[in-house]
Amino acid sequence: MAECHPVGFQWVVEARQRGAKVFHIDPRFTRTSALADRHLPIRAGSDVVFLGALINHVLAGGHDFREYVVAYTNAATILSDDFRDTEDLDGLFSGYDPESRSYDPASWAYRGVAAEPAAGAREEEDVRHEHGPEAQYEATPAQTGPAPERDETLQHPRCVYQVLKRHFARYTPELVEELCGIPPEAFAEVADAVVRCSGRDRTTAWVYSVGWTQHTVGVQYIRTAAILQLLLGNIGRPGGGILALRGHASIQGSTDIPTLYNLLPGYLPMPFAHEHEDLDSYLAGAAGDTGFWGRKRSYMVSLLKAWWGDAATADNDFRFGHLPRLTGDHGTYRTVMDQIDGKVKGYFLTGENPAVGSAGGKMQRLGLAALDWLVVRDLTLIESATFWKEGPEIETGELSTPEIGTEVFFLPAAAHTEKDGTFTNTQRLLQWHHKAVEPPGDARSDLWFFYHLGRRIRARLAGSDDPRDLPLQELTWDYPTEGEHEEPSATAVLREINGVGPDGAALSSFTELEDDGSTAAGCWIYTGAFAGEVNQTARRRPGTEQSWVAPEWGWAWPANRRILYNRASADPDGRPWSERKRYVWWDPDRGDQGEWTGHDVPDFERAKPPGHRPEPGATAEHALAGDDPFIMQTDGKGWLYVPKGLVDGPLPAHYEPQESPVVNPLYGQQSNPARRVFRRRRNRYHPVGGEVYPYAVTTYRLTEHHTAGGMSRTLAYLSELQPELFCEVSPELAAERGLVNGGWATIITARTAIEARVLVTRRIAPLRIRGRTVHQVGLPYHWGHAGSVTGDAVNDLLPIVLDPNVGIQESKAATCDVRAGRRPRGPALTALVRGHRRAAGLENEGDDEP
Amino acid sequence: MTYDPARSSGYPDPPQRVGFFTDTSICIGCKACEVACKEWNGLPADGPLPEDASVLELTGMSYDNTGALGASTWRHVAFVEKQNDAGGLNWLMASDVCKHCTHAACLDVCPTGALFRTEFSSVVVQQDVCNGCAYCVSACPYGVIDRREGDGRAWKCTLCYDRLRGGLEPACAKACPTDSIQFGPLDELRERADQRLARLHSDGVTEARLYGEDPADGVGGAGAFFLLLDEPETYGLPPDPVATTRDLPAMWRWAAGAALGLAGGVAVAFLGARGRGR
Amino acid sequence: MTFLPWPVLRQLTGPDRTGRGAAARSARTDALAPRTERADKVVPSVCPYCAVGCGQQVFVADGKVTQIEGDPASPISRGRLCPKGSASKQLVTGPHRQTRVLYRRPHGTEWEPLELDRAMDMIADRVVAARRESWQDTVEGKAVNRCMGIAALGGATLDNEENYLIKKLWTALGAVQIENQARI
Repeated sequence: MAECHPVGFQWVVEARQRGAKVFHIDPRFTRTSALADRHLPIRAGSDVVFLGALINHVLAGGHDFREYVVAYTNAATILSDDFRDTEDLDGLFSGYDPESRSYDPASWAYRGVAAEPAAGAREEEDVRHEHGPEAQYEATPAQTGPAPERDETLQHPRCVYQVLKRHFARYTPELVEELCGIPPEAFAEVADAVVRCSGRDRTTAWVYSVGWTQHTVGVQYIRTAAILQLLLGNIGRPGGGILALRGHASIQGSTDIPTLYNLLPGYLPMPFAHEHEDLDSYLAGAAGDTGFWGRKRSYMVSLLKAWWGDAATADNDFRFGHLPRLTGDHGTYRTVMDQIDGKVKGYFLTGENPAVGSAGGKMQRLGLAALDWLVVRDLTLIESATFWKEGPEIETGELSTPEIGTEVFFLPAAAHTEKDGTFTNTQRLLQWHHKAVEPPGDARSDLWFFYHLGRRIRARLAGSDDPRDLPLQELTWDYPTEGEHEEPSATAVLREINGVGPDGAALSSFTELEDDGSTAAGCWIYTGAFAGEVNQTARRRPGTEQSWVAPEWGWAWPANRRILYNRASADPDGRPWSERKRYVWWDPDRGDQGEWTGHDVPDFERAKPPGHRPEPGATAEHALAGDDPFIMQTDGKGWLYVPKGLVDGPLPAHYEPQESPVVNPLYGQQSNPARRVFRRRRNRYHPVGGEVYPYAVTTYRLTEHHTAGGMSRTLAYLSELQPELFCEVSPELAAERGLVNGGWATIITARTAIEARVLVTRRIAPLRIRGRTVHQVGLPYHWGHAGSVTGDAVNDLLPIVLDPNVGIQESKAATCDVRAGRRPRGPALTALVRGHRRAAGLENEGDDEP
Repeated sequence: MTYDPARSSGYPDPPQRVGFFTDTSICIGCKACEVACKEWNGLPADGPLPEDASVLELTGMSYDNTGALGASTWRHVAFVEKQNDAGGLNWLMASDVCKHCTHAACLDVCPTGALFRTEFSSVVVQQDVCNGCAYCVSACPYGVIDRREGDGRAWKCTLCYDRLRGGLEPACAKACPTDSIQFGPLDELRERADQRLARLHSDGVTEARLYGEDPADGVGGAGAFFLLLDEPETYGLPPDPVATTRDLPAMWRWAAGAALGLAGGVAVAFLGARGRGR
Repeated sequence: MTFLPWPVLRQLTGPDRTGRGAAARSARTDALAPRTERADKVVPSVCPYCAVGCGQQVFVADGKVTQIEGDPASPISRGRLCPKGSASKQLVTGPHRQTRVLYRRPHGTEWEPLELDRAMDMIADRVVAARRESWQDTVEGKAVNRCMGIAALGGATLDNEENYLIKKLWTALGAVQIENQARI
C-alpha cells in the first residue's frame, strides 16, 4: 500500500500511531513492510492456504462473531444432499465435467431450493460453461422457490457453517508453514490479532491489490477473505471490509460503466445468444428477483431508453434486440489469439499499452502485427504504437518492419487537466476534474474522439436501409459541444448517465427508475450523481468542515453511501454493535415510524424497521427482512458459501498456480480445474517443479512508476528515480547463480528471456516449502522499449492463463530460470529460449497451433 | 531566550524561525519530496532530458538512485537495508535536506553576499549574486551545497523561500504523504519531536534519536532536524558536524573561506561517492 | 535603471552587522513570491495515476499550467501527493507529449504526418468497412447481430463519461470485443 498507494497509506500510518497493529503479507519486503508491525513473507500463489488457516482458526476456536454470523450470513442454511466437497472428491467439487473443464453448479444449491434458473437462462448457462466467464461482479443469479431451510443452532451437518468447518479443517498452521513458508509463531501472531481485533468493539480490515487478483484462483482469494471477514463480523462496519486498492484513476469506473465485453453499465450482464431470447427471458437469467436486483427491469429498460430514446418502446422490447450477443469468451486475451489468427481487422488502444502491460507480450505484439489497422490514442508514443519499428521482435528477426502490414494511426490524447469528467476512485467515489487548459495541437479527449467518430460513422450510414444499421441510426447521439474543437459536454454525458424522469428532469435515486420506459438512465448505480440538476461529483466541501465520513466531497455510488451494506454496522434490532463502532442505526423517534440514520447514508430502505418481515411472494427489496443487510443478495445474507454465481466452486480451495515449483499436497488436483488455458506454440506452460525453470517469479510495481510506464518512464523526474529494470534476489540465490549486486541477470521462461540489473537483497527471502528451499525472483514490470528510460518488458516472460470467473491473467506467480549476465541479442535470444524449452521437454508441445 | 539568527541578521522583527522536522520513523521512501521539490523549483533532472542523452544507471544501492544531495537535488531519500538484532530486517528511509544551520559555514565563507540569512532564519543562495567561487561547497559540513554543472553557480534548498514569502509551506513538506516531513516554527517542531521521541522510546524503539535538534551542537542547531532510527552514519550523515567558522569574527569569516576548503573537503569526503556527481 | 546599494554599505549603516542577512538581499530576492500567486485561476482536479483519488489544484497562468499540487481540502489526501502525483505538471506539460497525429502506412518504415480531420475520416471508413466485412447475423442458428472484426482495449485513466460513450457506440456498432485495463 505504501508502495503503490502512498497517499492512502497516511491513514494506516495514523492508525498505527493510534494503536492499530499492521501486518504485511507479501512475497517481498516493501516500503509497506518497513512501516508494518510485522512482515510475513509468503510464497506467491499460496494465499488461500494462509487465509483458509485463519478461517480454520476462527471456526475451530469458536471465535466467530456468532450473533452477526447467524443473523447476517448464510451460515445456517442447509445445503443440498447432492453437494460434494473437495474433501470428498480429492480437490474437485461435485458437478465437474473434465471434458469441458467446467462445473455444472446444480448440486451446489441450498436444500429445497430449485437451483434451476428460469428455462430461458438454462441455455445461457450451457453457453457460459462451454466458453467462459460469467463475471457478473455483483448481480446475484436467479434463485427460485421457497426460502431455504435454516438451522440457526448451526449444528446441522449440512448447514453452511458445518460444511465450512470440515472444508477448512486441513488448512492448519502446519500447512501454512509447509506451503506459504510462514512459521507457526508468525501465523499465530496474525491469527490472535485478527480475532482480538474483531467483534462488537473492534474491526479488522483486509487490504489487497492485484497480488490477490492476478491468479488463476484470484476470485477465490477474495472469496476466502470474504468468508473470514463475514465470520468475524467485519463487513458493513467502519474499520472493516475487504478493501481493493485499485491501481488506476478510474479503474473502478471502468467496471461500473464497463468497457468490458461481458457487462453493460451497472453490472447488468451482456446478453448471450439464444434462440428467441427477449427482454423477459434475459432478465429472468440476468439477476435474482429478490433484493434490489429485483428491480433489474427498471435498470435495464432505463438503460435501453438512454441509448435508443424514442425508438425504444414497450412494443419493441425497448430495442433489446439492438444489443449484440455473446457466444463465449470475448475477453482481451481471447481477442489477442483471434488477432494472431487473422480474425480481427481493426483495434483501438485508448490509454492502454498491452505491448508492455499485458501478459505474454510477444503474443500481444504479434497480434498487433497481424491487424489491418490500429488506432492508438495516448499522450506519448508508447510501445504499442511503435512495435512495428522498435519492438523486440524486430531485433530478433521474428518480425520485420516492411513485412508488417498494420496501418497505424497515432492520435494524441488530452491530459486530465485538459478535459472535464469524472474518475471513480477505489472507494467508489466519483470526483469531477475540471478542464484547466486547452489540449495542445491535435490532442483531444477520448470523449471528443468517440463522439465525433460516432458522428462520422452515423453520417455514413444515415441513408442505409440495412436493418443492421438501425442500432446506429436510432442511437441517441446528440450531445451539446463547446469551443472551437466542438468538445462534447461531459456534463451532458454525466447527466444522461444519471438519468432523467418523464418530465426530463434529472433523477435523484435509482429507486426512481421505472420499468415502463418513462425513465432513462445510462448507469443505474450512478443515478443520483446529478441529483437536483447539480453535478454532485464536483462537490468539494473541505474535509475539515464536515464529519469524518465527509459525505459532501464528491459523490459515491450508490446513493452517496460511503460504506456498503452499512446496515450491518447495527445489530439485528438496529442498535450499534458498540458505541465505539457506531455508524448507522435505527432511530425509532425519527420520521413517522422510525428511520435509519447515522454518520453515512444508510445502505437500506430508510423506513424499514429492524423487525420487518416480508410478505410471502414479495419481490425485489420487499422480499428482504428488516435485518437482512446484504440488500443486493437474493436472500439479504452475506454468502459464506456461494450456491451459484462462481464457475470454479462454491468454496475456495487451494490450487497451485499454473506454474509452480511444488506439487499440491492438499488434493490430487494440482491447479484450478476450471482455469482457462491457451495451448499454443508461443504460450507453453512450464512443468510443475521442473529443474529447468526452478525458481518462483512474481511481478509488481514500484512507487516511482506507473504500470506500463507510459505516464512515468516518459517523465524525467520519475525516470531518474528508477532508471532501470532490475530483478530482486536473495543473497542465497545470488550465490547459487553467481549474481552480483549491480550486475546483470537474464531471466528465462518458455516464452522469452529478458535482462535486468541485479539487486541482491534480504528483502526477498528464500522460503522453505515442502521441505526444500524455494527461491523467488521479484520483477517490477514498468519497462519497455520506448520512453526516457527503457528496458525489457517483464510481462513478456509470463504465460497467458486466466482465472475462470473474470478472465484475469496469472501475473503474480510463475516459474523461471535465472543466470548471470546479459541476454543474447538477435536470433541468439530465441535460440536460448528454445534451448531451455527443449531441455524441459516443451519444444514440440503445441506445435500444431500458431 | 534562544539565539535567533534572523534577529541577529538585521531583521528587527522577524517572523518565527521556521524549519523542517523530518521524522524518518514514518518515512515510506516514496520520494514525493524529491519530485515536489524539483517541480516547484524547476530543477534539472539528473539525466534523461531531451537535451541530455546520457543514460541513467541503477546505483544498486537499494531503492536509492539519487545518491546524494546536490545542485539539482535538494531532497534526497536514503534507503538503508539493515539486519536488526532480532534477526529481522529494517529498511530505513530518510529524506535528507539542507540543515539551514544556526551557524552556517556556507554563509560565513560566501565572499559575494550571494548566500544570505532570510527573515525566516533560513539560508538561501541568491542566484543573481553568486559568482560560483564554491567556497561554500567546501565549507558545508554536510556536503549539501554544490555547483551545478554547466551553470557554475552554487545551488541548494531554499526552504522554498518564495513560497514562505507567500505564506505557503515548502513543496516537499506539503507533498509528503505520511507527514514524515513536517514544516513549521522551529520551537513547535522541537517540542513535537521531543514528544515523538518519548513515545517511540516508551514503545520500545530505544534506537530512536534526534539529530540536529540541539542548539548546543556544532552548527548551533539545525533549522532542519531529524528523528533517526539508527546512528547518523547509517544514513550517511556526519555524526558530529561542526561549522568550522563559528569561532571566527564575523567580518573575517569569508576571508578564511579558501583555507576552509581543506577542512570542509574532509567532511564531504566522509559522505563518500556523490552519486552521479551532479 | 535602479542603483543597487552596495551590501557593505548597508551592513555598515543598517542593523545587519553580520552583512549576511537583511543587508545582503538583492532586489531580485526582495521581489520573490510564489509563482502560484500569479495564476489566473486555480482549477480543482484529481490525480490521474492510482485510484486513491487525491485532490489536485491546477494553477493556470496565460493558458498554461504553471503548477500542480495537492488540494488541502480533500478529505482523502489532505493536500498530499506521491512522487507520481507530484510529477503531474511534467506529465501534462513535458516534452514527451506527442501533439500531432502520426500515420504509418501498411509496410511503411517511418511515421508520416496526417491531418486530424483526415485521420478521423479514414478511421470512420475503416470501422464501417470492417463492420460490414465481419458482420455475423447468427452463430449456430442463434441471432448475434454483431461484428467480430473490431476490438478495443482501453486504459483505466479514461473518464466515466468517455467509457460511457465508448460502450454505447461500440454496442450500437455490434462490436462486443471491448475491453479495459480493469480485466488486467
